[in-house]
Amino acid sequence: MTTRTVPTDVTDHAEPVDRSGPGGAGPAPTGPPRPRRRSVWTRIKRDRSLLLMTVPVIVLLGVFAYVPMLGNVIAWQDYSPYVGILDSPFVGWWNFERVFTNPLFWDAVRNTLVITAFQLVFFFPIPIALALLLNSVITPAIRTTIQSVVYLPHFFSWVLVVTIFQQLLGGAGQLHRILEGAGFSGFDIMTNPDTFLLLITAQSVWKDAGWGIIIFLAALSTVDPALYEASVMDGANRWRRMWHITLPALRPVIILLLILRLGDALTVGFEQLILQRGAVGAGVAEVLDTFVYYQGVINGDWSFAAAAGLVKGIVSLILVLGANKIAHVFGEAGVYKRA
Amino acid sequence: MSTALGPDGAATATHPPVDAAAAGSARPDPRRRPRRSKHRPVWEERPTALGTGAKVIVLALIVLAVVYPLYTVIITSLSTTAAVTQAGGLVTVPTEVTTAAYRQILAGGIVTRATLVSIGITAVGTLLSTTVSILCAYGLSRPTSFGHRPILFVLLITMFFGAGMIPTYLLVSNLGLIDTYWSLILPGAVSAFNVLLLRNFFMGIDPGITDAARIDGAGEWRVLGQIVLPMSKAVTAVVALFYGVGYWNAFFNAMLYINDNAKWPLQLVLRSYVLQGVTLPGSGVGQVDVATGAVTGLPVKMAVMVLAIIPVLVVYPFVQRHFTKGVIFGAIKG
Repeated sequence: MTTRTVPTDVTDHAEPVDRSGPGGAGPAPTGPPRPRRRSVWTRIKRDRSLLLMTVPVIVLLGVFAYVPMLGNVIAWQDYSPYVGILDSPFVGWWNFERVFTNPLFWDAVRNTLVITAFQLVFFFPIPIALALLLNSVITPAIRTTIQSVVYLPHFFSWVLVVTIFQQLLGGAGQLHRILEGAGFSGFDIMTNPDTFLLLITAQSVWKDAGWGIIIFLAALSTVDPALYEASVMDGANRWRRMWHITLPALRPVIILLLILRLGDALTVGFEQLILQRGAVGAGVAEVLDTFVYYQGVINGDWSFAAAAGLVKGIVSLILVLGANKIAHVFGEAGVYKRA
Repeated sequence: MSTALGPDGAATATHPPVDAAAAGSARPDPRRRPRRSKHRPVWEERPTALGTGAKVIVLALIVLAVVYPLYTVIITSLSTTAAVTQAGGLVTVPTEVTTAAYRQILAGGIVTRATLVSIGITAVGTLLSTTVSILCAYGLSRPTSFGHRPILFVLLITMFFGAGMIPTYLLVSNLGLIDTYWSLILPGAVSAFNVLLLRNFFMGIDPGITDAARIDGAGEWRVLGQIVLPMSKAVTAVVALFYGVGYWNAFFNAMLYINDNAKWPLQLVLRSYVLQGVTLPGSGVGQVDVATGAVTGLPVKMAVMVLAIIPVLVVYPFVQRHFTKGVIFGAIKG
């Protein structure tokens, strides 16, 4: 409890205070001679506690994120679990050739892109509209209550969400019963490939559209009310105010989210889809991630699946970096700042 | 008697009239000026009746869309088989309340075990993830410290490029973690995003406070434990919630790594026995009454679902109030 560090250590750590200006207390500028650049070893010694604190995360990421990155070499091998990664023969680009000439792979790419595009049109605008609607509710108690309710499904698991949809809308579900009572029958949205896009988008909206508004509400809360007041003085009605004040305030956030969505274009609700692939069939529900899973873990074609996964990972990386670049060109902040 | 009651009696007796008078003078004539919400800015025009009506209906429908499924699931889980048969499926109006379904699944057996597994994994995993994330975030929070840039870079890369499912699976398999609970915790234990969330918050703390502690002789561990952490309860709660919900809701990692169904977490049990309708041995889940065709195990199924929701519903209200601007960055990922 009484571990006191030695004084020299303390002055070292109080560096920012030292730099606060020549008027600072103590013999700062012309004091005892101090080397301008400390040696690496001294700095490591000074910051050893801080460095030590990062060790657990570095170890965990090193083992479970970086070692598997190296493990991607099996994409260039004819890997067999019985031979092991070190002794499996290298086969050049053979696995990639197989991936690119496999029609099922291209089906998965197509399904993935169709789902992304569909959700971009029918999911993406909903949180924005919802945020605008909620922002117009002026009684704080009502607004926070509604917020609490619509955020909630975000914290449910996909198993739960899909099960809820199945129980309510599926073949033995409530809606089905009501429709049957009204004379319609044989309608089962959970297993119908033609309506699958609608189904998964509805599930995504139910689960995440509410949570999606949080960032828009935050952006809206930063808008200076004086802007609205001044525009009213100039005769702007509520629609013009939304067009000229509210939406411009949301623009950076909308662009940021579009970039992130574009970077994730090849990643579409893996857990959601793998839960329902069996019910509607691979024809519409096979996306890149499920393709990798079935080819690798189920069929045991490890190298082929790793190659497909690697292609997806690299294209995704290019997409997110490219989208970010485009955002910079248009003068937006993007995901990360320019160095 | 009356004098003894004096002050109290007088106060209660005189209060309402005074109040009414004050209110009356503040609002001279309520009939002339229609009531105006105190929250509405003065410059904003009055809403039209049509607009307000439409808004109320839309918002009510949205809230209903979230609440109704939960309501009917919970009610069904508390219903008797007879009530379910009568309703022909999910129950909307409760007739007879019984906890039979819960007693059945919690009396031991696969659901009980899966619940305990999920609780254990969530508790251990959340503790581990939150602890290492806080440590790393604090270790990286001083802009002058040695080596924080490369370490940050190591962290950031994992946000943009994932190694992929196959190599990760092979690694877990080669480490001998298949069919162990560690396979459900370690591979996803660190989210770079959560570390950055914490780091952003720590960097926002006034350095004057922490420097003062250092000058008083506190080491970094002590500064973190006694000064920074107590100031960061909200963001810590939110990060712990993100991790906790992640562990509780995960099912695919168990599908990959756990072959022994005695070790399945609750979400995987939910998937097999409720979503896919596999008959749960000895508990009536998924059984179909041959005579009527009704699913007699429906209350039990719904009870499993409620079990999977309860922890979220219990923790959520406490953490929900912290979803403020401070953690708004969190929405991007979610």
